[in-house]
Amino acid sequence: MSWFNTFFNSSIGKKFFMGLTGISLILFLKFHLVNNLSLFGGPEVFNTVVKNLESIKPIVRVIEVILALIFLIHIFNGLRLWLENKKARPQKYAVNGSSKNSTVYSRTMVQTGTIVFIFLIVHLRTFWMSFNNIGVNGITDHKYYEFVAASFTDPIYSGFYVIAMILLGFHLNHGFQSLFQTFGWTHKKYTPIINIIGTVYSVVVATAFAIIPIYFLMKGGN
Amino acid sequence: MSGKNINLTLKIWRQASPKAVGAFAEYKISISPDASFLEMLDEINDNLEKKNELPIAFESDCREGICGTCGLVINGQPHGPIPKIATCQLHMRNFKDGDTIWIEPFRAKAFPIIKDLVVDRSGFDSILQTGGYVSVNTGGVPDANAIPISKDIASLAFDAAACIGCGACVAACKNASAMLFVSAKVSQYALLPQGQPERYQRVQNMVAKMDELGFGSCTNTYACEAECPKGISVTNIARMNRDYIKASITANPVD
Repeated sequence: MSWFNTFFNSSIGKKFFMGLTGISLILFLKFHLVNNLSLFGGPEVFNTVVKNLESIKPIVRVIEVILALIFLIHIFNGLRLWLENKKARPQKYAVNGSSKNSTVYSRTMVQTGTIVFIFLIVHLRTFWMSFNNIGVNGITDHKYYEFVAASFTDPIYSGFYVIAMILLGFHLNHGFQSLFQTFGWTHKKYTPIINIIGTVYSVVVATAFAIIPIYFLMKGGN
Repeated sequence: MSGKNINLTLKIWRQASPKAVGAFAEYKISISPDASFLEMLDEINDNLEKKNELPIAFESDCREGICGTCGLVINGQPHGPIPKIATCQLHMRNFKDGDTIWIEPFRAKAFPIIKDLVVDRSGFDSILQTGGYVSVNTGGVPDANAIPISKDIASLAFDAAACIGCGACVAACKNASAMLFVSAKVSQYALLPQGQPERYQRVQNMVAKMDELGFGSCTNTYACEAECPKGISVTNIARMNRDYIKASITANPVD
């Protein structure tokens, strides 16, 4: 397996696994979003969706473990790249001209990624733990919808969600088109289309996720 | 000659030796807008020598944008603010009277500073030594056009071969990555029939050398393409990624 180590630790290999885990997370976000949007169907629809997921718990658990591994590889490689890339230029320029030659999204992947990671921890603590009856704030009688609604009545908590989702959008906007470049999938005809799809996807995902806390904040928790 | 002289304040990086601590020194100059950037530095050096001071060390050779020797970071941009030209092709008419210009060397761990604005780019040579060639037996001169190559492919290979190896891609990249340079050298052979026999070993060897020398990894900011004096496209990086991934995953080497 020495070839795998060589590949995994090469500059292109690190990016390849960044892209591979990235696209897996992009696909996961779509399923997550579809489930979330059932909140707009009211308590019955959402609680039924969650109950259905409960009924296939073993499968959900397996997917969760795979997802956690994907996240870990993505985070591990991201941090490794960031540290190594900092080392590649020990002395910074006195004048930073990067705004003239690159987008802010592409330069701030580690910053947006870190905030999204902090968000993920907070998010798992609130919802994943409660939905799985871990810790003190377990949910009784399958009242998932009511729990979500109550959680978002806190303007600070909801505000954090909205900010995190905007930054997730920034992260995806670069990540989406970037993974095609990393895999070597560029084409005169299709790359401009991929760039548009990437931006549309980022805006739609960020907006749709961010609307949920805003919606419950405005409704006042019921 | 057009226009009257412009007055500029220059902040130039001075560093006596590779290990010495460098700092910016300030110079004031009144220069014709028709002068090139390097002519302005020549004039400053003339003045310094007249005062018996050490001139500023900087590199140049052809002064017409084809040798890739000159390379300065001017106000944060390699080869200055005008796209697709080398430092030697930059003229003072692009600056305004009263401007302050910051002049720095290319900064990267793999490009150590030798003196002032001169950096050691021999890392690029080491990368080329691992694959920037085709191994062919010498013999009689082959017939021209014995191997048919379509115009489209020839043009793509030529565009990649236009890389002058100046190192601006490394200087521009926030990660000091050499991907654009290496990918141009990989592509110019990968596109042509003559490069096929060694195509996959070449990309693996060149990438391994690039990583070993301490260049950073590519994060697809495309700053390299924006600053490249020859307009080398990042699609070359995609081609190199494709070849490298394919070589790593599918290669079945003979023991």
